[in-house]
Amino acid sequence: MYKYWWKIVACVLVFYSSVAGFLMEVPVLPILNETIRNLYFHVPMWFVMVVLFSISVFYSVKYLATNKQDYDTRAVESVNVGLLFSILGLVTGAIWARFTWGQFWSFDAKQTFAAIAILLYFAYITLRNAIDEEQKRAKIAAVYNIFAFPMMVVLLFVLPRMQDSLHPGNGGNPGFNAYDLDSRMRMVFYPACIGWVMIGYWIYTLRYRLNIIKNHN
Amino acid sequence: MKKVFLFILLQLFCVQLFAQNNLPEMATDLRSSGKIYVVVVCVAVILLGIIAFLFSIDRRLSNVEKKQKVG
Repeated sequence: MYKYWWKIVACVLVFYSSVAGFLMEVPVLPILNETIRNLYFHVPMWFVMVVLFSISVFYSVKYLATNKQDYDTRAVESVNVGLLFSILGLVTGAIWARFTWGQFWSFDAKQTFAAIAILLYFAYITLRNAIDEEQKRAKIAAVYNIFAFPMMVVLLFVLPRMQDSLHPGNGGNPGFNAYDLDSRMRMVFYPACIGWVMIGYWIYTLRYRLNIIKNHN
Repeated sequence: MKKVFLFILLQLFCVQLFAQNNLPEMATDLRSSGKIYVVVVCVAVILLGIIAFLFSIDRRLSNVEKKQKVG
């Protein structure tokens, strides 16, 4: 029923990227120094989050179309796992900022908006838990989710680009623009993203299956 | 038999001693300049542990599903 091969592929990709992430050559840039390797670990966390939240909104739409409880379970579990990865992304970002920008939290545009995006999804969980009736909860949560998703996209990918952010890849930082992701880094970065997304999806399926068993009893 | 074994064992100690005298700095892979390999090994161990843990959860879930005939 549950095939293992893609899970093994995911593990191999993550394992490869973690080892190669330390050992491969990277561009030499000021300020970033070796922390440029964070690209292989911090950025995939956000990729996983975006993919999982996309899965969630997909199932929310499907729920509203069909009213099948199963889709609601899928939506909430993918948000749960997405939140885990978003927090990991935020924390690793803060640790990195401590040693490149000088402090853990500097209310940089990207940091702040990312935090707000995460709060949006905490609100989703809170909203769900506040409603006892199952059908009502699923419906309201699904509608909320459909509104939260574009907000998250705007907060993470639009608003930070309209302001000055220190985050690499934004404006005048000696960061990721300087080399425009050179081919050596791509060899590690893409496998890392694909691998972590698969791992995140795997954890989501685990939680989903657990939920099914719980409801079955 | 015991004596032979002891003899070989002591010989082995000698080999180590010789090696230390001749090459005071044993530049093994794990001790090369920046010692980054140590971190790599640590990360690898952590990852393998977590991956093994995930697989065990997956298998346990599959067993429960089989017993309850869900999924």
